[in-house]
Amino acid sequence: MKSLLERFVSRGGKPEFGTPGPRVAGGELPARLFGVIAEFANAEDLLHAVPKARKEGYQVMEAYTPYPIEELNDAIGHGPSRVPVLVLLGGIVGALFGFGLQYWTSVIDYPLNIGGRPYNSWVSFIPITFECTILFAGLAAVLGMLVLNRLPMPYHPVFSVPRFQLASRDRFFLMILARDPHFRAGDTFRFMETLGASHVSDVED
Amino acid sequence: MTPADQDSNRADVGSGTPPVIAPGHTFGSVTDKISAIVLTRKTPIGWWFGFLIAFALMNVMMVAITYLFVKGTGIWGINIPVGWGFAIVNFVWWIGIGHAGTLISAILLLLKQTWRTSINRFAEAMTLFAVACAGIFPIIHTGRPWLAYWLFPYPNTMGVWPQFRSPLIWDVFAVSTYATVSLLFWYVGLIPDLATLRDRSQSPIGRVVYGMLAMGWRGSARHWHRYETAYLLLAGLATPLVVSVHTVVSFDFSVGIIPGWHATIFPPYFVAGAIYSGFAMVMTLSIPLRKVFGLEDFITMRHLQNMAKIMLATGLIVAYGYGIELFMAWYSGNEFETFMIKNRILGPYGWIWFLLVLCNVITPQFLWLKRVRNSVVGLFIISIIVNIGMWFERFVIIVTSLHRDFLPSSWDMYVPTKWDWSFFVGTLGLFFSLMFLFIRFLPVISIFEMRTIATGDDPASADTKDMGGAA
Repeated sequence: MKSLLERFVSRGGKPEFGTPGPRVAGGELPARLFGVIAEFANAEDLLHAVPKARKEGYQVMEAYTPYPIEELNDAIGHGPSRVPVLVLLGGIVGALFGFGLQYWTSVIDYPLNIGGRPYNSWVSFIPITFECTILFAGLAAVLGMLVLNRLPMPYHPVFSVPRFQLASRDRFFLMILARDPHFRAGDTFRFMETLGASHVSDVED
Repeated sequence: MTPADQDSNRADVGSGTPPVIAPGHTFGSVTDKISAIVLTRKTPIGWWFGFLIAFALMNVMMVAITYLFVKGTGIWGINIPVGWGFAIVNFVWWIGIGHAGTLISAILLLLKQTWRTSINRFAEAMTLFAVACAGIFPIIHTGRPWLAYWLFPYPNTMGVWPQFRSPLIWDVFAVSTYATVSLLFWYVGLIPDLATLRDRSQSPIGRVVYGMLAMGWRGSARHWHRYETAYLLLAGLATPLVVSVHTVVSFDFSVGIIPGWHATIFPPYFVAGAIYSGFAMVMTLSIPLRKVFGLEDFITMRHLQNMAKIMLATGLIVAYGYGIELFMAWYSGNEFETFMIKNRILGPYGWIWFLLVLCNVITPQFLWLKRVRNSVVGLFIISIIVNIGMWFERFVIIVTSLHRDFLPSSWDMYVPTKWDWSFFVGTLGLFFSLMFLFIRFLPVISIFEMRTIATGDDPASADTKDMGGAA
């Protein structure tokens, strides 16, 4: 059970989280470098920079934008989200719970004759079954999104970059993580500067 | 934002239809303008004035609730035969008002109506506060409100369960699910904007409070992807939910055998009425809001016109519902149904029925005129009249159906007491107090969604334009 849960929220293969992996670079890394982040003035520049970084061989990166950009998730190499499956499961569990609750209480635990209606008045049980379906699916959508995003997370290394505040206003950011096998502190920094970024800075862990 | 999107918004500017956002706004300017209401602008004197009035009225409710707990429901005008008075009238009225918020935020999102973007946030807040007001009434109506939790199925020492064949228990589930899902929808929508407020707040308290509420949101591509998926699915779930809630509320009546309640038209007629009154309330709130905070760029005439059209359409459905009630009373040939309609129109409460027709059927017909749809003052007046009319509708349905039922010897009149009025006025106070606090402390328009429709060029981006060769 635990391993299943762990697998579901596992950090394996997830670039953005967890401690940096083994450093392949020799000696040149500053201590506890989390990644290098570049700031772009508009979405187009960021969208042009992502494939270039991928072409250069970088795999473990993350982009930050002030509003959702649909194509970015795919461009950066993240897979589809698992939220829909959770919502479906939530809905199924909710429906079973809703109907099961009414069936068990009205037929098994305490059968009552209400105006001669059958104990299993399934038609009358539909509204509550429906409401429970929606409730559980809705909770699964929100909690699933938060858990998979590993929120709440009060601190993250990107917050140590002063200009990162603008990610929630009008600036677009691309970070290549130190965990990337291709990452070389100086080289990556210089590469990011060629992408058309207005600022490039190190992100300390 | 792709260039194609920008073009489509610009095309709106060129044609006769007003735009959904004034031209020239950038990511930065929408962020600054909306967050400034919360963070930097001085609280307008009008805010204090309005909040203090609303807060005073809310205290009327607190007094009324205290007195009710001491004396019991005998302080109201209810008795046999009218056992459901103002409390249920107000409950249905408030819960109906809430429906427009969900409709705007969920159904219009699924239909890709971009104009919803600048009104969905406060419409959702309105939903939440209206449901809070509505929720008070059934609880205090139980007579022993401190035992209201008996409505929920929990294992108890008495060994009994709620009666699941009753619409009243369906209502418990429908309204509590609705409140929960509306809260989730609203809060999820707020998370990215709370992060914006966290990053822009100058005060340490603001940073800490908004920071905790934002839960460490940083807008990463992967997060946005899951976020958008969850938000869209929530919208898909909220859409059938909102229809189910007022349907279940109408079951509270239509499953009973009282003439005037026992009608199959009730579910669609109630849902249309709910949306009708809800849009009227959104209009009543948005017109002063855009004026006081100078949000005319974001809540444009396009929004007001579209809401007016929805009000007109749902108003016609409601009018059709009234017509069908009259028709069925005649067509059924049932003497109790016929009497009920005659009594409703010509009986002692007949004047309220005529007011209801005046407010709900005749007044919205002015919305056919383009000149009226273009007049802010006209729309404001019509929206208030419709709000009042919808309250009359619930009064007519509940009181005139009950006060003269099958047995003339049990007929009686229902007269609300001053405590009935206190509860009604008090929940208005609660609603507006919450609304004023919301406007002051949270972004009243969804900032991140406004960024997706902002069409202006960002002057700040000029310093990197020399990178054009890279594209």
